[in-house]
Amino acid sequence: MKRPGESDLLSPPATLLPAKFRDWFDARGWQPHGHQLALLEAANSGRSALLVAPTGGGKTLAGFLPSLTALAAKPHAGLHSLYVSPLKALAQDIHRNLQQPIAEMALSVTAETRTGDTPAEKRKRQRARPPHLLLTTPESLALLLSYADAGEVFAGLTRVIVDEAHALAGTKRGDLLALGLARLQNLAPQMTRIGLSATVADPKGLAAWISPTGAYDADRVQLIYGRSGARAQVEILETAEGLPWSGHMARHALEAVYRRIQEARTALLFVNTRAQAEIVFRSLWQLNDENLAIALHHGSLDVQQRRKVEAAMAAGKLRAVVATSSLDLGIDWAAVDLVVQIGAPKGVARLVQRIGRANHRLDQPSRALLVPANRFEVLECRAAVEAVEARELDGGSLRGGGLDVLAQHMMGTAAGAPFLPDTLFKEVRQAQPYRDLSREAFDETLVFVATGGYALQRYERFRRLILGADGRYRVTNPRLIQRYRMNVGTIVEEPLLTVRLKNGRKLGEVEEYFIQALVPGDSFLFAGELLTFLGLKETSALVAKGGRGDPKIPAYAGGRLPLTAELSARVRAMLENPGRWENLPAAVRQWLSLQRYRSLLPPARGLLVESFPRGGKNYLVAYPFEGRNAHQTLGMLLTRRLERAGCRPLGFVASDYAIATWSLHQPTDIDALFAEDMLGDDLEEWMAESSLLRRTFRNIAIVSGLIQQRHPGQEKSGRQMTVSSDLIYDVLRKYQPDHLLLRATRAEAAGGLTDIRRLAAMLARVKGRILHRRLGRVSPLAVPVLLDIGKVQVAGGAVDSLLDEAADALIAEAMADLPEAMLDETPAQAELPL
Amino acid sequence: MNVTGLQAFDLNGAALLAHVSGGLFWPDEALLVVADLHLEKGSSYAPRGDLLPPYDTAATLERLLALVETLRPSRLVFLGDSFHDRAGPDRLAMQDRQRLTRLQQAAELIWVEGNHDLGSHPPGLGSAVVSLEVGPLTFRHEAETKTAAGEVSGHFHPKARIRVSTGSTSARCFIFDRRRVILPAFGAYTGGLDVRHPAVATHFPNGFKLIALGQRRAALLPETALA
Repeated sequence: MKRPGESDLLSPPATLLPAKFRDWFDARGWQPHGHQLALLEAANSGRSALLVAPTGGGKTLAGFLPSLTALAAKPHAGLHSLYVSPLKALAQDIHRNLQQPIAEMALSVTAETRTGDTPAEKRKRQRARPPHLLLTTPESLALLLSYADAGEVFAGLTRVIVDEAHALAGTKRGDLLALGLARLQNLAPQMTRIGLSATVADPKGLAAWISPTGAYDADRVQLIYGRSGARAQVEILETAEGLPWSGHMARHALEAVYRRIQEARTALLFVNTRAQAEIVFRSLWQLNDENLAIALHHGSLDVQQRRKVEAAMAAGKLRAVVATSSLDLGIDWAAVDLVVQIGAPKGVARLVQRIGRANHRLDQPSRALLVPANRFEVLECRAAVEAVEARELDGGSLRGGGLDVLAQHMMGTAAGAPFLPDTLFKEVRQAQPYRDLSREAFDETLVFVATGGYALQRYERFRRLILGADGRYRVTNPRLIQRYRMNVGTIVEEPLLTVRLKNGRKLGEVEEYFIQALVPGDSFLFAGELLTFLGLKETSALVAKGGRGDPKIPAYAGGRLPLTAELSARVRAMLENPGRWENLPAAVRQWLSLQRYRSLLPPARGLLVESFPRGGKNYLVAYPFEGRNAHQTLGMLLTRRLERAGCRPLGFVASDYAIATWSLHQPTDIDALFAEDMLGDDLEEWMAESSLLRRTFRNIAIVSGLIQQRHPGQEKSGRQMTVSSDLIYDVLRKYQPDHLLLRATRAEAAGGLTDIRRLAAMLARVKGRILHRRLGRVSPLAVPVLLDIGKVQVAGGAVDSLLDEAADALIAEAMADLPEAMLDETPAQAELPL
Repeated sequence: MNVTGLQAFDLNGAALLAHVSGGLFWPDEALLVVADLHLEKGSSYAPRGDLLPPYDTAATLERLLALVETLRPSRLVFLGDSFHDRAGPDRLAMQDRQRLTRLQQAAELIWVEGNHDLGSHPPGLGSAVVSLEVGPLTFRHEAETKTAAGEVSGHFHPKARIRVSTGSTSARCFIFDRRRVILPAFGAYTGGLDVRHPAVATHFPNGFKLIALGQRRAALLPETALA
């Protein structure tokens, strides 16, 4: 809410607000924000709108004001407005917050939530007698649309409010929601839409996504900007102790972080992976002499446990929470006055979102502390801070919708009512992600849903959809509808096992493959505790508290986001220009100076490639800064080329910044090695075998309905009841390589896990600009990536010390035989193992 | 014979060769054994709405035809669960029926009864038995707790997680000791059970060896190679 005395010159007058509402604002000492009034004006004139505003601007209230004022002015029978949030918990919090204005203004407005947690009885009643305002999630909306009465339920719908639209657009959940909105629009042609979004790089793209036509059209979708808040104060932690060369746990900085927690009222500590969360949480408790209430929050913890932490946070009972992206979105916590990002932020928009979780008041700056875990991360943090200051965000390019999601939507549509393909095709193209969908792809998807889409016609008898004499497709068997409803949604989980204590208490869920690698007696870190694995019992992993030996930590294979292209460009620009190093810590400046002396600084537009011998092998290190996914792909392709060139490659390792390969013989023609044509046959061949493609295929197979996560009556034992997607992938690839789902898999992987698009852009950029340096020994910049070699499991104690020995040897080698002058300018000489 | 991907071992006096495909060859008897083909597994899920790619039977039989072509056995023993369910043979596509006929032209087909298929097989294509004894070896679907030495069985679809330099990898495998060998599943849509699982481990109270199957190589490994 705006405080008295602020003015919004260009905003509509407050008289736009009905007297009852003005009085309510007055009574609370508030004045309506300009963007709240602007949104009301747009809605009153029958337009859709996208509100882009930072957190703390009364955004959610803005979204509801048009519906509340309309309902106050004129009674409405049935459902008036639908609110869709990406988080169940957020829908529940918003519902609670709505009660206040409704009660205090004595509005005769009913509001209810509907999520996966809503009891069946209530859900049934909600369809028969819907409330005025229904607060729900994309999945629950899809479910509502799959009932035959959807037409009646939604006939009078006036508005849809999509909260956190930026977090949905461009994802598969966003695809599903966009399709659902297109369906709704057909059932309720008068419906307008309101999108609520955090600050984004491409507001017009997002406006197209929320638009009823799937395109940005200023007449139909008004773009409204909230006033930007006070500039965030972002600081990078400098530690007296040595800055590590590699690693992601920031152990060296945790004492300093703990002191900041002591000084703050409530701190929110973000990390990038679940493994980091477990280690940081545990390490902080080892330092926690004052017994501060520090909690842990990540997506694998038991839901009850997570809700408990959130409630304690809301009640101001916690001093700090260590969290993954599980807390990126959500209700405002007024008490949070410090956000700490441990490890590099990886993207600017994500960092801004996280910073915004502190101090949800526009006139006070958010305070954030970035804690780089190694030297490269210092550069990345610095680049991110510059981008935040310049208010330049990354991301935002919308992508084409997935055909797997379309297949699911077709089944859901048919479940609701038989459909005419022509009508559905037109409707689907009103959804922005499917705007450019070809009729051919649409028809092929339809055939897939109906019969599997196989060249070999085996399933006529088992068709899922059948074309009636009326030209409409309908579902052949009610069981298929039940099955669709049980599996609705685009969130695919790895096969999970429940982690339980012997007394039955559930601690959370962990990937099956992690548990399979354990033997009884092994210890591991989970839910903030050291646990000993006792054995498997049905779908549970039984554990006991405590344990001996080096604990393992469950690492989620897909958990790490790669460095964004925008941030990467900033890091490269900073590296190239020593004039911009003055804000960097001395240890980093020294490291870069040494690199310049020993080798070269990576050029912003070109590519630095170094080669050097070490331990009888020939190392090749390149610095594309294109993120881990693209580098993994590059590593595979380079290895194949080295193989063909007779260099006998032995392995490679990729980080977000660099890629290193090692081989028995030295490669000669570096330009040829990095030539663009590597994205040809080699790529095809590798992609086919790659586990990344297999993972992508699994998601697509589940979302499209080829295989099911849950079967009616078999909720528990689903895992044994079906065929592994890897086996299906192998067979399908051999017998029908052009199958719809395989094409969808390749397309998705190209922009995702294999990141071929980014790799291709990089190869084109550096063509003719490859600088190759032949060195006598490892360069300072190469040390971090070489230290990543062999770090498959994060372990404590004994293994660490082995790694440390290897690290010391590498660093000493990089630092050996330096001229005195070089050492003189190094203020942190003591940390050099010379 | 010059065939790659073979690994030799002895069982109760019989010199056997484990092939990378999962087949077990006994040169002295010109006898080839394959276990757990689970033919028509893909189509078995169609009635409940899972329309899986119906190519698994073709994939399995083509691999088997290639193996028969290479090893030229006179007898081909299917070690049970050859079809995923009893009705499997009725669902065979014409091309797959022809593939089976080609197998029959190459070798005598013997179908050992399994718990899934109960020995059902396409009529006129060989004979069904509960178990089979040949010299020092007994062929049956599922290992028996108390057995005379020389038992060859399937049923469990053994696979093993093996330590490698970058972590661990999972592979289908033969598991054996001096008394018995359990074959990996040969079918295209068959998953596996880890050899550490009590159901498998209980049959090897005195330890075991593995022959792990990669893409091109069958590797003899000690129990200590497990991750």
